Amino acid sequence: MNNPEKYMNPYLAGFLLGLTLLVTIYITGRGLGASGAVKSAVVAVVQTVAPAHTESAKFYKEYYDEHPGNPLKNWLVFEIIGVVIGAFISGLVSNRLKLTLEHSPKIKSRTRIAGALIGGALFGFGAQFGRGCTSGAALSGMAVFSTGGLITMIAIFGGAYAFAYFFRKLWL
Amino acid sequence: MGPLVPDVIGNQLNLVVALFVGIAFGFVLEQAGFSTSKKLVGLFYGYDFTVLRVFMTAGVTAMIGVVALDHFGLLDISQILINPTFLWSAIVGGIIMGLGFVIGGFCPGTSVCAAAIGKIDAMIFIAGSLLGVLVFAEGYPMFEGLYKAANWGNVQIFNTLGMSQSLFAFLLTAMAVGAFWGVTVIEAKVNGKMDPEYKSKKLYYGLTILAGVIALSAFVMPDRKDELMGSIQDKGFVTNYNVNEMTSDELAFRIMDSDQKLQIFDLRAQKEFDSLALPFSARYDIQNFFDKETGKKLSYRNMKNVFVANDEYTEKQGAVLAKELGFHDIYVLKGGLNGFRKDILNFEQPGEPKNRRETDTYRFRNEAKTTIPVLIKEYKQKQAPKESSKPKRKLVGC
Repeated sequence: MNNPEKYMNPYLAGFLLGLTLLVTIYITGRGLGASGAVKSAVVAVVQTVAPAHTESAKFYKEYYDEHPGNPLKNWLVFEIIGVVIGAFISGLVSNRLKLTLEHSPKIKSRTRIAGALIGGALFGFGAQFGRGCTSGAALSGMAVFSTGGLITMIAIFGGAYAFAYFFRKLWL
Repeated sequence: MGPLVPDVIGNQLNLVVALFVGIAFGFVLEQAGFSTSKKLVGLFYGYDFTVLRVFMTAGVTAMIGVVALDHFGLLDISQILINPTFLWSAIVGGIIMGLGFVIGGFCPGTSVCAAAIGKIDAMIFIAGSLLGVLVFAEGYPMFEGLYKAANWGNVQIFNTLGMSQSLFAFLLTAMAVGAFWGVTVIEAKVNGKMDPEYKSKKLYYGLTILAGVIALSAFVMPDRKDELMGSIQDKGFVTNYNVNEMTSDELAFRIMDSDQKLQIFDLRAQKEFDSLALPFSARYDIQNFFDKETGKKLSYRNMKNVFVANDEYTEKQGAVLAKELGFHDIYVLKGGLNGFRKDILNFEQPGEPKNRRETDTYRFRNEAKTTIPVLIKEYKQKQAPKESSKPKRKLVGC
């Protein structure tokens, strides 16, 4: 098998990503996102497992008010399915498809697994407060000059820098 | 005029659009190297600033694109989702996400992208994020206070900071370009060598200049709205502008004739409109002509769009704006509603008609004087149950 190809120039990639976002705004009137799809997935699962619960708990009631219908028939869910396909195609053409658990050689797989799980949980939790994540709040918010989006962006990256020192052993 | 959803592209087709947008999004993220946590966290340890480069370039590109589309009237900004601002929730959420970023090495979008090419750590991150959302959902009553505190609405940053949109776009672009140079220096120091990707000074000087030109162009594209609103404040410009006129008699005749091709745009204040609204009329603020909804109404074919206000000059300001925005078949009511009141509603015959023409006119006006008030009353009753606020597209963020 050939070696993985090198990554695209970041400025070119950024420009293409910006165009993707711009076209999305022009066509749909909304930006890109990711954590919203996670939220829809959670609602769909809870709805299936404990339907009575979703009818009484406030979070789900507010979700249904905002998104009537099947939670999986949602714009962001379709977009995320697209992301999986797009990333897979990219991995395929650039020889990067490989099942691996990637981590720094200095830490054990166990540590990386715990880190990924905790980090993911924090991100998912924080994205609810932020009303979106790096894509939905920060990037898409920046494109439309949203004050909240930019504040969230500064908080995400500022927070990450503030905590980076304490978790350096995970990465360096 | 964008956005194309829901008028041109229906809500079902929009889901197909979402799929294709996602494919482009995922492809670019993966090509940029966002499918490995090693590259993502490099940002926080100074050895790889790819994330900053891609993120800021994308943000600035889309932002300037939005400014340009708005400027050329291709996109109705009032129809776009501006992420709402809940101050404390945004800050706390952002910091928690930042912590999640350095511990987990991904963000939700990049984790999906990495999982798609087989990264097991990314799959675990996704499982974690499902748990995180679940915790929030189940503990919602506890978090709701913070979640909904300090609601600033859908504010935009240049308003918050009190500067123009163009100035903010320029400053942000300048900051981004400055950051690109700065981080390249930091990166070279941390890694002990320059990444060959960024060695070509010429290319990057060129790109810097290009970014400068594009950022400056934000100033040449002042909000089109401001520009046009400015031009209709120019008295000479408005007075000399050629606009079709419709006389009080013709308007009265068309109203009595129930002319289906008549649309009246009433520019007076809501209070005045409520006390006397002509049949076929609806109230508009001059600002409304920039909206997609109003634009649609103004572009119906073969309609006569009559602008009314108390005085003719105000009508003309509205008409000039509409014509500058490219709408056709615009008329102003000659003499304004003041004239219409005098000629029709409160018509007093000045004396015996002196000729045939005056006879006809007087007869018509006397008839209109009794008929139109009845039509006005009927119209008011018909309108009453209608809500005055227009339905807004409901859009909810990420």
